Amino acid sequence: MNALTAKGLRKSYGAAQVVCGVDLAVAPGECFGLLGPNGAGKTTTLKLCLGLIQPDAGEIELLGEPVPRRAREARARVGVVPQFDNLDPDFTVAENLRVFGRYFGMRPREVEARVPGLLEFAGLAGRGEAKISALSGGMKRRLTLARALVNDPQLLFMDEPTTGLDPQARHLIWERLRRLTQEGRTLVLTTHFMEEAERLCQRLAIMDHGRIIAQGSPRSLIAEHIEPQVVEVHGNGYEAWMERARALAPRVERAGDTVFVYADDIDPVLRALAGETQLAYLHRQASLEDVFLKLTGRDLRD
Amino acid sequence: MRWIPVWRRNMLVWRKLFAASVLTNLADPLIMLFGLGYGLGALMPSIEGMSYIMFFAAGQLCTATMFTASFESMFSGFSRMHGQKTWDAILYAPLLIDDVVAGEIMWAASKAWLTGSTILGVVLVFGLADSPLLALLALPVAFLVGLAFSAVGLIMTVLARGWDFFSFYMTLVMTPMMMISGVFFPAERLPAPMLAVAQALPLYHGVELVRPLIAGRLPEAIALHLLVLLGYAAAGYFLAIRFARRRFAE
Repeated sequence: MNALTAKGLRKSYGAAQVVCGVDLAVAPGECFGLLGPNGAGKTTTLKLCLGLIQPDAGEIELLGEPVPRRAREARARVGVVPQFDNLDPDFTVAENLRVFGRYFGMRPREVEARVPGLLEFAGLAGRGEAKISALSGGMKRRLTLARALVNDPQLLFMDEPTTGLDPQARHLIWERLRRLTQEGRTLVLTTHFMEEAERLCQRLAIMDHGRIIAQGSPRSLIAEHIEPQVVEVHGNGYEAWMERARALAPRVERAGDTVFVYADDIDPVLRALAGETQLAYLHRQASLEDVFLKLTGRDLRD
Repeated sequence: MRWIPVWRRNMLVWRKLFAASVLTNLADPLIMLFGLGYGLGALMPSIEGMSYIMFFAAGQLCTATMFTASFESMFSGFSRMHGQKTWDAILYAPLLIDDVVAGEIMWAASKAWLTGSTILGVVLVFGLADSPLLALLALPVAFLVGLAFSAVGLIMTVLARGWDFFSFYMTLVMTPMMMISGVFFPAERLPAPMLAVAQALPLYHGVELVRPLIAGRLPEAIALHLLVLLGYAAAGYFLAIRFARRRFAE
């Protein structure tokens, strides 16, 4: 049985179709990533899966419970890390955990027993009495993660868990998330960081305009959707060179003043570039980001 | 009873900020009570057979209860719902928006009750009540007044798009209501249409219950007054839940 199944999920707000026919299946113990540009419908999909909003159509099963009908029962075994921290500013670090545990109907003693372990997990051992306003962005994020674990959930939803964090803080969160999967918990996260998705997720779905446009492991998505070699070219005369590249490689794209050349066999492109003195270039392996940009386009999303 | 953790969360915060909270909720109405009651009262003949401060005490008890309930459910409630996103966090747990609304209304009513009952305590200590035993019956009335205004206030909160929204309710509803509900002078002095408006609103019925209790007699038409207060509380509760569901479905 899947930890999370969604079939034919639809949600509109007025004339705007935010989610139009999403199918998802997340296996127990898996780390599943939902990728997409801003406004793709990721957050709405998560809210639908949690039963916080009613779908216009479709079926959801979360940990064996039909949602939204039995969303309450499902949420008792689920943790949520929202996109924007909503820790309680009137409480200390430890009080945030205690008060949150009570929302799950946990006994005071049960919650109290979990607090030291959660503080340790958040890297906040000894900081239990600190005020929320005294925490850094990374600490707040870790506390939000610890708060989501107060009810010992089988599955965690995380909406952009590392957005706005510096690299040190981000790596620490990644390490904690891997620890959670090792404990056998299922993770469902949204992100627009390809590096995050590649590092953490066994399986990914790329979402745009309310639809899932590709699904699979990070490697299989790269293998399936994009040529493996890339050369990025910029400098004087890149426009003229772009025309030449079209004869040498199957796919040539331009973003601003940079030309992206994709090919299975990149040697002819590199040989042609060797003679150019005005152009700077970078040769690398294709990544998930290339797949993402190919599928969702290079236009800005605001 | 799922609303209890929500109520408890607000109570714990209140306990932390106890001093400031007590000052605004109690000092203000008590200064008014003694300032107006003794100051203005010295110039007044007795009203309905009681001293002015005794007359005004009942009105001030209900008004202060109304204000505490309204401020808590509107300004503090909106800050929790909109600014701090505390409600969003609570909804990740196995609680529904209905539980949050119920917890918020019960909390604001509890806090308002504390204001009302403390004023009653002061009234008793200063010997302003003829029969302390009868006056104690004002305690459940104060809770009911708190419940009615908390529920109505929470409707405003879940409908509000910004802080300005509350000024309309405060200025256009609460202030005129305070003037016509028999708080400062007997409402029966008002022109008939105005009295009818007062009688359609909850504050008047709170005052009509509390004033005789402080004067040492049982109120008339108890059932009617209680029903109006209960009606506002119940209607407010259901409407607040309805609008809250709509807001949080977005």
